[in-house]
Amino acid sequence: MAVVTPAAPTAHEDDKELLISGSEAVAEALTLADLDVVTAYPIRPYDTVMQAIAKKISGGQLVAEYIVAEGEHSQFEIVKHASTVGARVFCGSSGVGWMYAMECLVVTPPLRVPMVALVGNRALDDPGAFGVEHNDALVVRDVGWLLCWIDTSQEALDTTLIAYRVAEDRRVFLPLAISADGAFLTHSQALTMVPPKSKVDQFLPRYNRGDLLLHPDNPITVAPQANEDWVIEIRRQNNEAMARAVGVIEEAYADFRRVFGRGPENPWFEEYMTDDAEVILVGMGTISLPIKVAIREMRAKGRKVGLVRLRWFRPFPTEKLVAALSKASALGIIDRDYSFGSPFGSGVVANEIRAALYNADRRPPLMSFICGLGGREVTLEDVYKATELCYAAAKAGKSDPKTHWLGVRE
Amino acid sequence: MAETTTFSNATQILEPFRGVKRVTIEEYFTSGHRTCQGCESALVMKLMVKASGPRTIVLGSTGCMYVANTTYYTTPWVVPWMHTQLGSSGSAALGTAAGLKALMRKGKMKTEPINVIAFCGDGGGADMGLGAISATLTHKEYNSLILLYDNESYANTDIQLSGMTPYGANTTFSPPGKAKRLIHTRWKKNMAGLMAAGHPECRYVATVCASYAVEMMNKVRRALTIGGPTFIHSLDPCPKGWDYDPMLSHELGELAIETGIFPLYEVEDGQVKYYGKTKALVEGRPRKPVREYLLKQGRFAHFIEEDLEHFQAKVDEMWEKWEIPAVVPFRRLDATKAALSAKS
Repeated sequence: MAVVTPAAPTAHEDDKELLISGSEAVAEALTLADLDVVTAYPIRPYDTVMQAIAKKISGGQLVAEYIVAEGEHSQFEIVKHASTVGARVFCGSSGVGWMYAMECLVVTPPLRVPMVALVGNRALDDPGAFGVEHNDALVVRDVGWLLCWIDTSQEALDTTLIAYRVAEDRRVFLPLAISADGAFLTHSQALTMVPPKSKVDQFLPRYNRGDLLLHPDNPITVAPQANEDWVIEIRRQNNEAMARAVGVIEEAYADFRRVFGRGPENPWFEEYMTDDAEVILVGMGTISLPIKVAIREMRAKGRKVGLVRLRWFRPFPTEKLVAALSKASALGIIDRDYSFGSPFGSGVVANEIRAALYNADRRPPLMSFICGLGGREVTLEDVYKATELCYAAAKAGKSDPKTHWLGVRE
Repeated sequence: MAETTTFSNATQILEPFRGVKRVTIEEYFTSGHRTCQGCESALVMKLMVKASGPRTIVLGSTGCMYVANTTYYTTPWVVPWMHTQLGSSGSAALGTAAGLKALMRKGKMKTEPINVIAFCGDGGGADMGLGAISATLTHKEYNSLILLYDNESYANTDIQLSGMTPYGANTTFSPPGKAKRLIHTRWKKNMAGLMAAGHPECRYVATVCASYAVEMMNKVRRALTIGGPTFIHSLDPCPKGWDYDPMLSHELGELAIETGIFPLYEVEDGQVKYYGKTKALVEGRPRKPVREYLLKQGRFAHFIEEDLEHFQAKVDEMWEKWEIPAVVPFRRLDATKAALSAKS
C-alpha cells in the first residue's frame, strides 16, 4: 500500500492554518493538550520549543508551571516527579544536553512515567556542532523509551498529540521521545493546520495515573530497592508494555484520522513511490526531502526508486517493515548516525534492518550508507550515488558488506 | 489543621510541640526497615514524618535511607514515598511540588496543602545534588523541605569519604597508612551556612540533631509551615561509619554540639537564632575540647596530638574569627569594621 504523500495536509473548516516551525507546532499541540508542568533548559536547537511554550504561557493561552531548571539532569527529574503526582508533563533537549540527563532518562521507563520529550537532534560534542545527527535520541533505544522521528511541522503537531495518547495509555505508561532534526525541522516554517481544542478533547483523555498516583490518599512506596529478587520481572513488564504499545499506537492513529480527518494509515513508516520500486532507500526525519527530490529526478530517467521513511523506531515495526522492504531488488539504508565498531561499521538503522530481515523469506541485497552527520547537507548527488551502488548490488545479487560514507572529504 | 489563606503560599500550619508529652503519638515511619543498630538517620526519618503528619509526600534520594529502608516487599513508610536519584533531592521536591500546584491551580486535584519533603544524605546532598538543591531553594513559588541527613560518609556503599566527612577521618577511601597518616585533609563543607547565605529568598534554614528530638521536630514543622523552599541539615552519628558502640549515638550527637563542631541554629528570614546547647555556647558556656568527641570514634583512632590540635584550632576559628560565629565564615576587614563603627 504505497501512498504518495499529499503535498499539503487536508484542510478542515475549523482548523487554523499557521506558518510555524516544527518547534512552534509542538508548542501548539502542548497548548491544546493542556500541559501542566514543563521544564526548560537552553541548548540548541530543541530550545526553540521552550521559547514557544514560554510565549504561550505569558500570552495566557496555556496555564502551566514553567520551570527553568539548572541543568538537563534536573530538567528531566523535575517533570518525572511532577508526572508521578498526576501532572501532564513535557521536557526536551538536544545532543550532549540529552546525554547529561541520561540517568534520569533511564529511570523513567521502569517508573512507568509517561513523559513526552522533544529531542531536537544535534551532533554530540566534541567538537561542538549545532547540526543534526541522530545519535543523541538513539541512546535511549534499549531502555524502554518509545521513540519516533518526524518530518514536517504538521507531523510535529499531530505526533505530539498522539504521543500523549499513547504514552499515557495505562497499557503502555512509558516515556516517549519525539525526534526532530535540528534546524531542518525545529527551525523551518511550514503551513500547519492547528485543530480546535474541542477536537483534541475528543481524541486525548485526561492523564489518569490511577493506583500509581503518589498522593496522601494513596500512600504507596514507589521504586524500593528490589535487587535480584524482582528486577528481571520488572524488566519483563517493561518489555511487555513496549509490545502492547504496538496496538495502542495503531489505535491512536486510527482514532486520530477519525477525529481530525488526516494522518497516515500506516503509523510506522511513510512509503514514497515504493509500489513498483526496484531500489528502496530507507531513512528517518528530514532526509526525506533530498531523497524524494532525487527519486523524482531518477524516475524521470527510468530508475524505479522509492523511499521508506521510518517514523517509529521503538517499538520497531519489524514485520510491517520486512513486508514493505523484502519485495525490492536492493535496499539502501541511509543513517544519519554512526555506531563505531558495530557489525560492518554500519549505522544503527542499517543494523536494525539487517536484524529484522534475518528471518525473512526474501532478503534483498542491503547497502549501508552514512551521511549528513553534523548537519551536513545531503545532496542529490549523494542520493544518486547511493542508488547506483544499490543497483550494482541488485545486479550482483548480493550485499556489499562495506558501509559507504557519502559526501565526506577523502 | 489550619491553612494559610493565599493559594500560592498555602501551607499546613504546624504549631511547635510544646514538650515531649505533647508530641503526637502516631508514627508514619514504622517497622519494615533494616537500618543498623544505633542508626541515628533512621530516627531522623521517624521524627521528620512524625513532625510533618500524614498529609505529606516524601521523596528519598539514593543512600542508606533508601537502600536500608525500602527493600521490596516491605516499607516503613506510612505516607506516600518515592525514590529519587542520588543527586535529585532538590529536583524531586521541586517537581512534586510543581505537579501538585499545577493540578490544584487548574482544578484537576482537590486543593489542600500537602507537605513535600525530599531527603538526601551528605553524598547526595552536599556533593552530587548541591546544584539541584541550590536551584530549588530559589523557586520560592513551590513549598518544600529538603532535609539533609549527614552521617559524614557514603555509608551505604562501604564508608567512603564525602565532602562532609570531617578532616582526617578514616574511611575506605582515606585509610591511614605508614607513609601517609592523613589521606583526607579537606575541611567539611558548611552546608547550612552555604544554603542560608546563598539563597536570599529561602525563608528558613536550620541545623538539627536527633539527640534533641522535640526541637528537631519543631524545626521540621517550622520549615513546612513558613512556605517556599526550605532546608534542614541534620548531623547523624553513624555507628558503622564512625566506628563506635551503637549505644553512644545519642551521646555523640550531644558532644558534637557541646564541642562546638556542629552548631544548632536556624536562619529565618535572614535572622540567625542559635538554640539549645549552642545558644549556651554563644552566651559564654565553655566549649568542650574536641578530643572528647573525636577520641570516642574509631575513625579518628590514628590521630596524634598534632591532628587533635589542628582540629581544635579550626573549630576555635569558627567560633572566634567568623563574623557570625559557627554560621558564616566571612570576616570583615579591620578597616571596614572601623569605618562601620565610626558611622554608627
